[in-house]
Amino acid sequence: MRTATSPFGSRRRSAVALATAAALVAVGAAGCSSSDSPSSAQSGPSASASAVAGVVTIRDPWVKAADEGMTAAFGTLVNDGDTDVTVTGATTDVSSMELHEMAMKDGTMVMRQKQGGIVIKARSTHALEPGGDHLMLMSLTRPVQAGDELTFTLTFADGRTQQFSAVAKPFTGAQESYAPGHGEPMTGMSATPEMSTSPAS
Amino acid sequence: MTDTPTARPVSRRGLLTGGALAAGGALAGGAAIATTRTDGAERPDTVGADATPVANVGGLVEPFHGARQAGVATEPQAHASFVALTLRAGVDRTALARMLRLLTDDAVRLTQGKPALADTEAELGLLPARLTVTFGFGPGLYRAAGVDDRRPASVADLPSFRVDRLQPAWSGGDLLVQICADDAITVAHAQRVLIKDSRPFATVRWVQQGFRRGPGVEPGGHTQRNLFGQLDGTANPRPGIGLDTALWVPDGPPWLRDSTTVVIRRISMNMETWDLLGRTDRELAIGRRLDSGAPLTGTAEHDEPDFAATGPDGLTVIPDFSHLTRAHVTDDRLKILRRPYNYDGAPTAQGHADSGLIFTSYQADIARQYLPIQRRLADRDLLNEWTTPIGSAVFAIPPGCRPGGWVGEQVLA
Repeated sequence: MRTATSPFGSRRRSAVALATAAALVAVGAAGCSSSDSPSSAQSGPSASASAVAGVVTIRDPWVKAADEGMTAAFGTLVNDGDTDVTVTGATTDVSSMELHEMAMKDGTMVMRQKQGGIVIKARSTHALEPGGDHLMLMSLTRPVQAGDELTFTLTFADGRTQQFSAVAKPFTGAQESYAPGHGEPMTGMSATPEMSTSPAS
Repeated sequence: MTDTPTARPVSRRGLLTGGALAAGGALAGGAAIATTRTDGAERPDTVGADATPVANVGGLVEPFHGARQAGVATEPQAHASFVALTLRAGVDRTALARMLRLLTDDAVRLTQGKPALADTEAELGLLPARLTVTFGFGPGLYRAAGVDDRRPASVADLPSFRVDRLQPAWSGGDLLVQICADDAITVAHAQRVLIKDSRPFATVRWVQQGFRRGPGVEPGGHTQRNLFGQLDGTANPRPGIGLDTALWVPDGPPWLRDSTTVVIRRISMNMETWDLLGRTDRELAIGRRLDSGAPLTGTAEHDEPDFAATGPDGLTVIPDFSHLTRAHVTDDRLKILRRPYNYDGAPTAQGHADSGLIFTSYQADIARQYLPIQRRLADRDLLNEWTTPIGSAVFAIPPGCRPGGWVGEQVLA
């Protein structure tokens, strides 16, 4: 079982996430966060119903169709705001989820949990793509069929959330190896409920 | 460097193209290089009048969304792939809806010059070259979806004709994906993307790939030539009211209005026996002149044929058994739109051609428009001597869709 610390394990990472969140909160408190649409200024689950009032824009989202086991969601996160934004978690109703990255380990690309969350720099984009950072569905409770629309909720470091929907595509590409035991504790992690109580909230 | 002062930096691109000439000439010394290069560069210009500007063929976009699907009334592109799919067992109405949402999304993006979602060869999606993707529903799709009551009545297996030598490998199909563009790579990429997204739902039944003249080779609006050298499609309804009348279902429920139908016949053309004919016999068989396409009683392609005119021998100038006579209709409601593509397979070891035509006939009603013409042709068209239908399929072309919608939603929603 994992420890009671943040999903990202390292205290140092938590501190970073906390700092980022603090910055966002500060901006929000000053009431000058022009990139925030009014309805998303209130953080928390109640604000997540509207995907339009997003923290970020998600361009071309899709999820890899799979009958069982693991799969992943992709897209391009667009941050039009003036401050960096950190995605600290993701949820969907068909699986627990983790934030993953691909990294070189012993000369092979392996998949592992993304420490510190996914940071989208101010006024920039961040690609979630096969072979790169992605939103991992750890264990499907039902098949995700080609053409299905899945709803995801992203949680940000400041506690805000945002929904988006992604279509399931048949996809066989970029079959990297998975390194569940690498680095940080990952097994048995029920990702999202804990993520929403990450240090940022 | 042994080069002369006139030498330019050699680009990799140059080496791969005209620059290769210069590379060969390098042995002869620097002066020769310059000469060879100049010659090579000027050669294309001598064909045209002056420097011919490169047309933006790759960047041209055909609209996807609309009340009617693109790729029917669209000025025919140079390359086409007709992909017929067989639905997997158990693919029902909801699965079809999922499939067509995916395929529509692919088509929307690719036709507008954007990579498909999750495109593994994204760079190939950037030059649409007037790409259109058109979806057709065979009788089996309506059955699988449990909406046979929405199938246009005339979308059913054709009666068999005396001339038919149909092969299952080129016949039938539940879902047609018609891919047309002015570039063969664009077509290949779109075909790959669409088939990949189809695989959970369907298997590939047949694929027919064909071509017409390349873009810019002739001005738009030209009648295409088939590999017999004949102008093919002269009698097509004219753009405007004539074409609209022939093609589109004008009213009715949402799944019929603005729909049309297509008959795809693979016609093998026997180049070897056609070779045995002289020019006069070839023109008598078709009823038109080979050069201009004019009826034998006229001088220009679109002259009205005079079937009553007789020659010195007392026989009609246009023979009764000619293709023109047998296929001729004047009422737009009875006309068909032919939008054919040539195919040209690998010849046999003996050098015998595997050539023919992917004959496509679009019409509002197959029974009213296509079948009467086909019956007359099967009955007595002299051209049957040199042509053999080896494949046959029929599909409804459902209405188009609005942005955010998907093709087939009127049928399946």
